[in-house]
Amino acid sequence: MSTDKLNRRATVARLLRDRGDALVITGLGNASFDAMAAGDTPANFYLWGGMGGAVMVGLGVALAQPKRRVLVITGDGEMLMGLGALATIAVEKPANLSIVVLDNEYYAETGMQVTHTGRGVDLVGIARAAGFEHTQRVNTAAELEVLAVAAYRAPGPLFGLVKISTEPNPTSLPPRDGPYLRGRFREALLGAEAHR
Amino acid sequence: MSAAWPEHIYEELKAADIRQVTYVPDAGHSQLIRQCQADPAMRTVSLTTEEEGVAMLAGAWLGGQRGVLLMQSSGVGNCINMISMQQEYRIPLLTLVTMRGEWGEFNPQQLPMGKSTQAVLEAAGAYVYRCDDAGQVRETVRVCSALAFNSSRVIAVLIGQRVIGAKNFLK
Repeated sequence: MSTDKLNRRATVARLLRDRGDALVITGLGNASFDAMAAGDTPANFYLWGGMGGAVMVGLGVALAQPKRRVLVITGDGEMLMGLGALATIAVEKPANLSIVVLDNEYYAETGMQVTHTGRGVDLVGIARAAGFEHTQRVNTAAELEVLAVAAYRAPGPLFGLVKISTEPNPTSLPPRDGPYLRGRFREALLGAEAHR
Repeated sequence: MSAAWPEHIYEELKAADIRQVTYVPDAGHSQLIRQCQADPAMRTVSLTTEEEGVAMLAGAWLGGQRGVLLMQSSGVGNCINMISMQQEYRIPLLTLVTMRGEWGEFNPQQLPMGKSTQAVLEAAGAYVYRCDDAGQVRETVRVCSALAFNSSRVIAVLIGQRVIGAKNFLK
């Protein structure tokens, strides 16, 4: 599995390093584990299921909190299951929503079956054709530096895709207790209003 | 011609402070959708498929806003796996489902989901309430909205085809 592609853990750690008060939604599987490894916080909402729904969760948060940046980090398999959502988001044009797909071209959790991105499907092209004005493909550390700034500062909706390696990383599991995860996220965001 | 019951739904959604209105268009909901689109306090979002709305409304509530998912019975099946998000995180979902495939239906393809919508929703953990008379709609939407957001459960209101009227394809 030797490769010069970017490591997913280092990629997510860099993306989240300067997140400020951004709210982060992660797709099921490795994207959630990567965000956990970068540092747990109540402002992270980790999905353990709902495959195909990560970017739509992000849209709902972004419309409810227009003054906060919302960053969705998910995998290529999860994104492929909800391609229609890219059309919906492109139409809605939320200025505070950024999406970053970590693309290793495999369903890594289920036995390394190749995804459509490994067979030529271009998610950046799909996002652009749907109407995302700001898209970026990342292959190198230098390109990642550009995305890591744009994800918080460029007008959204932004769609970034990072080609990552398949090298294995240490286990880093977020909490699995759903009410705990949603309760702390809302309390951190809304204070006492969370329990109204 | 406008019916009174969609107006009743709109008024109850306003009273419940519903801010994000997601929908896959349905003729039975068309009057309500137009009314919500005309309301600057409501963000209406047209979906490519119904489960997008399930995920989006989870996000809306996480972000501090209430929403509703408008769909017809044929869309319910699309939502079932995504509803596990509401179930496992204990997040409210209010959905108003206009029924097809029951009262004088013309299109045979509508009958399977018309038959199974309530059972499928209940199997997925939802609490389901039906309106078969236009006079029941206002109160049902009011109590179901309260129930959803007071209990953080999945609450579905089925609006029977008898209320909406059978769709006429031969016009």
